[in-house]
Amino acid sequence: MKNLLKKDGVQSFVASLICILLGLLIGYIVLLFINPTGAGAAILEVLKNFFHYSKPSLQLKNFGNTLVKTAPLLMCSLSVLFCYKVGLFNIGAAGQYVAGACAGIYCALKLGWGWLPCLIAAVVCGAVFGVAVGLLKAYRNVNEVISGIMLNWIGLYLANMLLSGVKEVASPYTLHIKTEAAKALLPSLGLDKLFNGNQYITLAIPLSVLLAVAISVILNKTKFGYELKATGLNRNAAKYCGMAEKRNIIVSLAIGGALAGLGGALLYLTDYEQWLCTGSSVPGMGFNGIAAAFLGGLNPIGTIFSSYFIQHITSGGAFVDKTMYCSQISDLISSIIIYLCGFVLFIKYAMNKVIASRENKAAAAVKSDDVPAKDADETKGGEA
Amino acid sequence: MAENYAIEMLHITKRFAGIVANDDITLQLKKGEIHALLGENGAGKSTLMSVLFGLYHAEEGEIRKDGKTVEIRDPNDANDLGIGMVHQHFKLVECFTVLDNIIMGVEPNKFGFLQKKDARQKVLALSEKYGLKVDPDALIEDITVGMQQRTEILKMLYRDNEILIFDEPTAVLTPQEIEELMHIMKNLAAEGKSILFISHKLNEIMEVADRCTVLRKGKYIGTVNVKDTTMEELSAMMVGRNVSFHVEKAPAKPGEVLLDVSHVTVASKAHKNNAVKDVSLKVRAGEVVCIAGIDGNGQSEFIHGLTGLEPLVSGSITLLGKDISHLPIRKRNVSGMGHIPEDRHKHGLVLDYSLENNLVLERYFEPEFTSKAGFLKKKNIRAYAETLIDRYDVRSGQGPVTPARSMSGGNQQKAIIAREIDRNPRLLVAVQPTRGLDVGAIENIHKRIIDHRDAGNGVLLVSLELDEVMDVSDRILVMYEGEIVGELDPKQTTVEELGLYMAGAKRDEVSAE
Repeated sequence: MKNLLKKDGVQSFVASLICILLGLLIGYIVLLFINPTGAGAAILEVLKNFFHYSKPSLQLKNFGNTLVKTAPLLMCSLSVLFCYKVGLFNIGAAGQYVAGACAGIYCALKLGWGWLPCLIAAVVCGAVFGVAVGLLKAYRNVNEVISGIMLNWIGLYLANMLLSGVKEVASPYTLHIKTEAAKALLPSLGLDKLFNGNQYITLAIPLSVLLAVAISVILNKTKFGYELKATGLNRNAAKYCGMAEKRNIIVSLAIGGALAGLGGALLYLTDYEQWLCTGSSVPGMGFNGIAAAFLGGLNPIGTIFSSYFIQHITSGGAFVDKTMYCSQISDLISSIIIYLCGFVLFIKYAMNKVIASRENKAAAAVKSDDVPAKDADETKGGEA
Repeated sequence: MAENYAIEMLHITKRFAGIVANDDITLQLKKGEIHALLGENGAGKSTLMSVLFGLYHAEEGEIRKDGKTVEIRDPNDANDLGIGMVHQHFKLVECFTVLDNIIMGVEPNKFGFLQKKDARQKVLALSEKYGLKVDPDALIEDITVGMQQRTEILKMLYRDNEILIFDEPTAVLTPQEIEELMHIMKNLAAEGKSILFISHKLNEIMEVADRCTVLRKGKYIGTVNVKDTTMEELSAMMVGRNVSFHVEKAPAKPGEVLLDVSHVTVASKAHKNNAVKDVSLKVRAGEVVCIAGIDGNGQSEFIHGLTGLEPLVSGSITLLGKDISHLPIRKRNVSGMGHIPEDRHKHGLVLDYSLENNLVLERYFEPEFTSKAGFLKKKNIRAYAETLIDRYDVRSGQGPVTPARSMSGGNQQKAIIAREIDRNPRLLVAVQPTRGLDVGAIENIHKRIIDHRDAGNGVLLVSLELDEVMDVSDRILVMYEGEIVGELDPKQTTVEELGLYMAGAKRDEVSAE
């Protein structure tokens, strides 16, 4: 049991579970304060999400909806994770996501492109946003958090401006891609049938999972991943042994940007949502990606599950009884849980401390009642 | 109480996760004596001093001052008991004057206004009494390291400290400055101050100390009267076996020129002037050339320029007939340069990588370790790492998969040396390759360097340790303020002469030949 707890993967998993439980607990306490009678039911609704419905067909359809939004979240968390491995905190994923979404919608509605060129445009625009941060970081040592956050806003208002040209006359939302630019709609590959004909199920879902696996392979099996991780862990050593550490920083942010940008297009090209051209806050997808990356233990495969979980509770928040709580409560509860998800590394650290101090005590105990064994050990060390 | 002790540390035991840093250690400092504390790196000297300063709390044991048990909870308690310390790395504010640094923290004031006049008089009086020459109005950044150290000593005296701790005070000094410091320490002891002198330099202990306490691997080995012992005995106590102080080597047989550095100038990161000015030198096959000098005279910057970590302002570098002045680091490395860096944690290792990943840091891109498609050949990496671990006796907890961070300093350094020497570079640049290592590891590393030379390669060694400079090198170049000021033959020169060059008191016109 003890040795099991020492394994990094096991630790990450346990720490993630602890975070989730803490988040639920604090969320529950907050609900108790607001309105004690409905607190338990509300938390259960958040956790139940699509199980809210009793009919299996409806459950399946709503499960599909959660998956539709999991795909872009997974892309954002992969973006954050990839950059984090190179020692960069890509808070700009939110802006890169916006850039990708904007590029996808614009190319679909304004230029009438097919879905593949639209996706490529999204990837390129996301990458450009990433490279902007990377260049500043590599050559001017500008903190990537600062430049990333500023680019988030630039991205948001740029998107609002460009997409105002393709919005519905009577509403602030962009036109429906399904009716106005059907060929830009992502192909469903027949997957919709698996989810009771949910029309929003597309190749986005398998593609994002596939990319998570690809990122895992790149990071763990390739020379490129070896270099990127070395740069992230010790930039000076990477430079010393002749790695192009500046290039690595730029390339990793470009890839991170491309992933987040693709995520934006993967949501909007399903026509599940329309872009709100008067929005004044950066979509939370990129920020939730940070939480998902940490909750997934900074492991690409782990983020598949953590992204799903975060999306699960975010969607579940919508089912909270609005007669007892105000309408913002669903966002509040899911954001409390997401916030706590960021504490995975801290929990891991605390776990390691507890293990170390226990071992220490055990070692001290062994030392005092087992002196001959220790001496034998020492002579062995001397001979070796 | 038979003896009159200024401070006593009795049966101190301090444990950290997994190790016992101090195991039942007793140290008794008599009034007016100079007491040396000797031990290798990792022997527990720093831990013991941290306990004395209240930075750590011992699990067992007690501390007595003048025979009375005291409790030291934090450094303020230590200060109240009259304990002061000169740290190895000075704690001075560079842009303040000497006087301001001395009174800092205990500024005399009236209604919040500084009263420096009295302070100045007290400092001048102390400086006179103990022969500590300083200029109270000079800025710290403008004065020599020796004077900075005297400022630190005055800081202790100004606070009326009775127990003075010197933590490896000679590491940064020239031989002449060391002699002066020894004199000052004797003066202080004669005036009734009690001195604890932490060092691993045996000759200094022999010269200045009255008694010496030896620690080894966290354990108390013994306390001896210095005048009744010998250097050999002390060293055997410190290391636990007999150690040869001299490096066995055949005379050098210099061959063709491998490295030709011509008029190289490198900028400084710390100030506007150039750190390295117009340096020319050559390294031939089959010789060890050593750049000697006091820390901070441009050696690091020169090596950074040579290895490509920093760009050159001007000048050229030729390696094996090929101009590498502006080549990127990777190309220099594959052209036949190996580099054992000065700072093994900053440059030499990716501490959170496993040992095997660190051992291929300079070679991972070669076809042996990376397939054409860009995938790492993990089996080959493992096999290569196991070979190196075996051949260079790198010890670690879990072999190739041990995180580099969890290895001891000596074994980390062995890993770097294995990696660099095994690539068989024609030119090996070794910067302070034995820094912070114990005597046994030093012996091993010196042997590796000499073997590499004897295999027909050139070695450029940068060292701050005079013994290493004298023993290992075939030719000594002295660097002072960014220039080569002298070329010496270690067989014909003396440490004193070397010291004069290092201090800038003597210089020759040195040709590059």
